[in-house]
Amino acid sequence: MTATLDRAPVRHRSRFWWAPYLGIAAIVVYCLSPFYWMLVSSLRRTNDIFDSSPIPAPLSLDSYEAAFAANNGFVRALGNSFLVAGVTTVLVLIIGTLTAYALARLDFRFKNLVLAIIITTSMFPGISLLVPLLELFSNIGWINTYQAMIVPSMSFALPLAVWNLTAFFRQMPIELEEAAQIDGCTPAQAFRKVILPLAAPGVFTTAIITFIAAWNEFIIALSVVNKKDLKTAPVITSQFTGTTQFDAPFGTQMAAGVIVTIPLVILVLLFQRRIVAGLTAGGVK
Amino acid sequence: MATLVDAPPRPESPAPPKTHRNAGVNRLAAMLVSPTLLVLGLVVAYPIISALRLAFYQRNDGIDPETGVLQTGDKFVGIDNFTDMFTGATADRFLNALWNTTTFTVVAVTLEVVLGVLMALVMHKAFKGRALVRASILVPWAVPTAIAGLLWRWIFQADGVANDLLPGEAVLWTTDGIQAWFAVIIADTWKTAPFIGLLVLAGLQVISNEVYEAAKLDGASPWKTFWAITLPLVRPTLLVAVLFRILDTLRMFDLPYTLIGPGKNATDTVTILAFEEAVKFGNYGPASAYAVFLFLYVAVVAYAFVKLLGADVIGARTGRKSR
Repeated sequence: MTATLDRAPVRHRSRFWWAPYLGIAAIVVYCLSPFYWMLVSSLRRTNDIFDSSPIPAPLSLDSYEAAFAANNGFVRALGNSFLVAGVTTVLVLIIGTLTAYALARLDFRFKNLVLAIIITTSMFPGISLLVPLLELFSNIGWINTYQAMIVPSMSFALPLAVWNLTAFFRQMPIELEEAAQIDGCTPAQAFRKVILPLAAPGVFTTAIITFIAAWNEFIIALSVVNKKDLKTAPVITSQFTGTTQFDAPFGTQMAAGVIVTIPLVILVLLFQRRIVAGLTAGGVK
Repeated sequence: MATLVDAPPRPESPAPPKTHRNAGVNRLAAMLVSPTLLVLGLVVAYPIISALRLAFYQRNDGIDPETGVLQTGDKFVGIDNFTDMFTGATADRFLNALWNTTTFTVVAVTLEVVLGVLMALVMHKAFKGRALVRASILVPWAVPTAIAGLLWRWIFQADGVANDLLPGEAVLWTTDGIQAWFAVIIADTWKTAPFIGLLVLAGLQVISNEVYEAAKLDGASPWKTFWAITLPLVRPTLLVAVLFRILDTLRMFDLPYTLIGPGKNATDTVTILAFEEAVKFGNYGPASAYAVFLFLYVAVVAYAFVKLLGADVIGARTGRKSR
């Protein structure tokens, strides 16, 4: 496949003009078909759920009604997810912006050590942090609280945000600050008055990426909360039960899955260029 | 800068203001960096140290055989939790989980890298439809892993669409056994190969076209060009992506948990074992021992990867120039 695609534009431009299109089509189908299946299944009637036609007929919102049924607590769970992911994102951005600026712009002692610490912490397996935190939280009465979900989430969200922001700050021309400092700004003023406003797009992109990561968090929310009122949307979706314990309500789960994913898909569609820039900025430069 | 302002520069004069300014910079940097370090200390360093301590304790319940008093609290058990992992009653379960964790990582990451590089090459050639492909490639990345697990559980049901599309008898994907292991690999590959493709594509885009033109003039075949030019030049990007994927897969939890469920021989990972031990049974000692083992395993793999393949994690992540 590689060989064909590589050769196509060079020697057989006319004969293999379709090869890149075929490749693109294959990627799009690969990426979207499972998601499409979730959408289609969520729109079938409960009785047609095992139907495998690619378009649901008749269309039905039964599964969505079931997902939002009062006894599921799904609306509340969506609110919990917004709260946990939102607060995590805001906290992480406030702390991370300051640190990223220092890492990108200031030449200070132990800078490489700080970088190494931040990168290393993001490599730690979540469970190694979660088990002791779980023990701590049950001792200090934090089980079934929002902070028990928010605080551990910062362990992965903060390094992520610092990296992204550092990459963004580095891309900005240093002449801006030099000009500001020649005009009499201190480094702190240069940061606040010149850099921060210009870095807004980078901060915004980092906010989206951090929010998505926090929104998708599962194991922490699953471990530190067992009260239905505090569960996040992915956790409650995975715990939907049907009429009997062994009957998994797939239609309802697919509908809930679509609802949980749609905000992210909208963010991705609106800001795809920026998200890609943000995801790759740290990795490539 | 000092030389710019103090117009006629004297040989000694720039030095004192610089050190003075450096002290100020150091103080400012300390102020800016300390909140992050404080938070990481609280949510990362403290738990790791605490896990190390917990791993040497066990819950102490039951009746003391000598005094007949009901006991509570924890008791120090030395390295029992660790020896139990390899020789105790649950050793089989642990070794099995370790095997699953390792095979998931090796197989899934290999598949994802091959597919991801292929996707990147295709996207690099395509000039039309880039926005479409970029948007669709972000979808698997954006779907929460736990939801992806439920979605693939539905696809892999006995009378689900996967069996409808495949010829032959229905496969019971989500029960247990090798097919469940494959189901997790397939779902993980779907979710993360596009992400690797995205990173590799970014690496491809910074390769200058002149290199390829030179290769073409020298009569290099596309295959040779790929191995001799493209791959070495995207290597730094690829290595970092692969390292982070390996570390991610070693701690895999969401996907096998929601797709197959815990307590399955074929798909239990070390993280699932530690989670069950801690959350379901409240045995923080053995759970911490699993967690500490996984931590060490990840650390050794990361260290070996960086040493053997020379993945420049800090350099690649932060840019080569430090200012």
